[in-house]
Amino acid sequence: MTPAIQLEDLRKSFGSTVRALDGVSFEVEAGTIFGLLGPNGAGKTTVIRILTTVLGADSGRALVLGHDVRTEPEKVRTLIGLAGQFAAVDENLTGAENIWMIGRLNHMSKAPLKERASSLLEQFGLTEAANRPTKTYSGGMRRRLDVAASLVAHPRVLFLDEPTTGLDPASRADVWAMIEGFAAEGTTVLLTTQYLEEADRLAEQLVVIDHGHVIAEGTPATLKASMGATVLDLGLADENAAIRAGELLKTVNEKPPVVLGRTVEVNVNDGPRVVTEALRILETEGIAPTTLALREPSLDDVFLAITGHRAEDEPGKQSGSSTSPEGRQDRRKGRS
Amino acid sequence: MTTTTFPVQPPSLESSPARGRLRWAVADALTMTKRNLIGYTRVPEAIFFSSVQPIMFVLLFRYVFGGAIPTPGYHYVQFLMPGIFVQTVAFGSIGTSIGLAEDLQKGLIERFRALPMSRWAVLAGRTTADLCRNLFVMVLMTAVGYAVGYRIGTNVGEYLAGILLLLLFAYALSWGFAYIGLAAPNSETAQLMSFPLLFPLTFASSAFVPLQSMPGWLQGFAQHQPVSIVVNAARDLMSGVPRPDLVFPPFTAIPHTGRTSSTVFWAIIWSIGILAVLAPVSVRRYRRRAF
Repeated sequence: MTPAIQLEDLRKSFGSTVRALDGVSFEVEAGTIFGLLGPNGAGKTTVIRILTTVLGADSGRALVLGHDVRTEPEKVRTLIGLAGQFAAVDENLTGAENIWMIGRLNHMSKAPLKERASSLLEQFGLTEAANRPTKTYSGGMRRRLDVAASLVAHPRVLFLDEPTTGLDPASRADVWAMIEGFAAEGTTVLLTTQYLEEADRLAEQLVVIDHGHVIAEGTPATLKASMGATVLDLGLADENAAIRAGELLKTVNEKPPVVLGRTVEVNVNDGPRVVTEALRILETEGIAPTTLALREPSLDDVFLAITGHRAEDEPGKQSGSSTSPEGRQDRRKGRS
Repeated sequence: MTTTTFPVQPPSLESSPARGRLRWAVADALTMTKRNLIGYTRVPEAIFFSSVQPIMFVLLFRYVFGGAIPTPGYHYVQFLMPGIFVQTVAFGSIGTSIGLAEDLQKGLIERFRALPMSRWAVLAGRTTADLCRNLFVMVLMTAVGYAVGYRIGTNVGEYLAGILLLLLFAYALSWGFAYIGLAAPNSETAQLMSFPLLFPLTFASSAFVPLQSMPGWLQGFAQHQPVSIVVNAARDLMSGVPRPDLVFPPFTAIPHTGRTSSTVFWAIIWSIGILAVLAPVSVRRYRRRAF
């Protein structure tokens, strides 16, 4: 069967200095949810823009259901739906009018479009707000409308660029349920995300990209297994203590601890045992940690596990460690 | 996992040859026009306040400056109003660049680019909606003109022809401002970029004062630039050609550049020429995928 998406050695530079994609290749099986995971500026949006025919690649091939985006862009556009990073809805139009517009521009006839629009509005919980201008919508509603509009013409492949960035937890859960819903109907979904949790929850397969390179691919399970189920974070009084603690803790876990400034991180599969043992060893040596936390691995930890360094954000911005969607909005404007 | 084939497939463009394409291109442009017009009705304040400025200009020139400006062959209000009309619709076409810059900023253009819609529909829809807005503004300005004492100097048919002419000119300008809208980083900048282009064109023209009052070097520019040419044609159609018997205020006789038919002819040529050059340039800019 033809894969829904094929990328072969895709390259794209902006100007002479910014290499957004530096040879990206992967394949997405039809009918699956595929996650494209990476920090800000990794090249996720560039991949989406090339696949949706909005941007031309410098070299390499990109196929959607076997159709080359370079030579058959018009064919590709009839097969895809796109919900971009910014919930691109017309604020002056009502929810129903937005869906109507996208449907008409997809060359749907009026009668089936009318039916489709009302069923989408219902499915996405927007029936009540359907006749209100979307400038009165909340962020979550706008995002739902955006996704609904991208589905109007029954796309065979749906592109969702950071569908939950900037949403509160309840709206995120809503969007996740929606994505699972239409994936169950057979639509292939390519979604980009900065959140490991999201990729883990939704994607059957995923690739991790960083600086325009694919640095890992597989199922969420294999990816997680590669770095342990939980992360033990120890905060020490100073950097020397952290370095000593890092040395001492090499014995407690099969994966060596990583020392970053005053903190020591250990990816572990067996949290409680390792915590007990680590504290015992440190106490014997007279080192008292100032903070201690056991947490779910974040995207940063994936990078740490794969590359040995933290996911680097755009220059001039603080390296990200937050896995919460809040507070991210100002940071996603760098590359769009 | 297997793919489910949906019962309803979007109609494929492949099955429709050139005629179908043209039909869809027109349908897409109409959809976009309708979308933009609905937008205008949702923000009536925008139209209201964009009409305030031309009305201020009418009052300013009619009652403040007008008395000091001798306009051979016309009462000043008869001279002024066609000029104000052209200025109003020309400045109105800046709206095209602002609207497109906003769509770009909000990610809507990105979305449109990924749709199987005609490549020129976004621009055609915007410029056509702005044409409709200009038509509305012209109806309003006609009423304003009447209120300040302007009277049609020819007949209703020629007056309407004058309106059509300036709408055509503004429509052509819209396609040029579309380019600025697509090139500007945001809508504020689009507006700022448009202004210095229009300002000299409308003020160094025959819209408010007779060209003879300008210094020679400026006259050369003012006489041959398109706004003056359209203003002269609109004035001929709406107020009539200058009447040397009408002496208000006293003036020195000036030669008129020609009969109505030739001024109108050149105004149409200019408008179509601007459209023919700028529309493809803007569509090309829209089509450009890497930016």
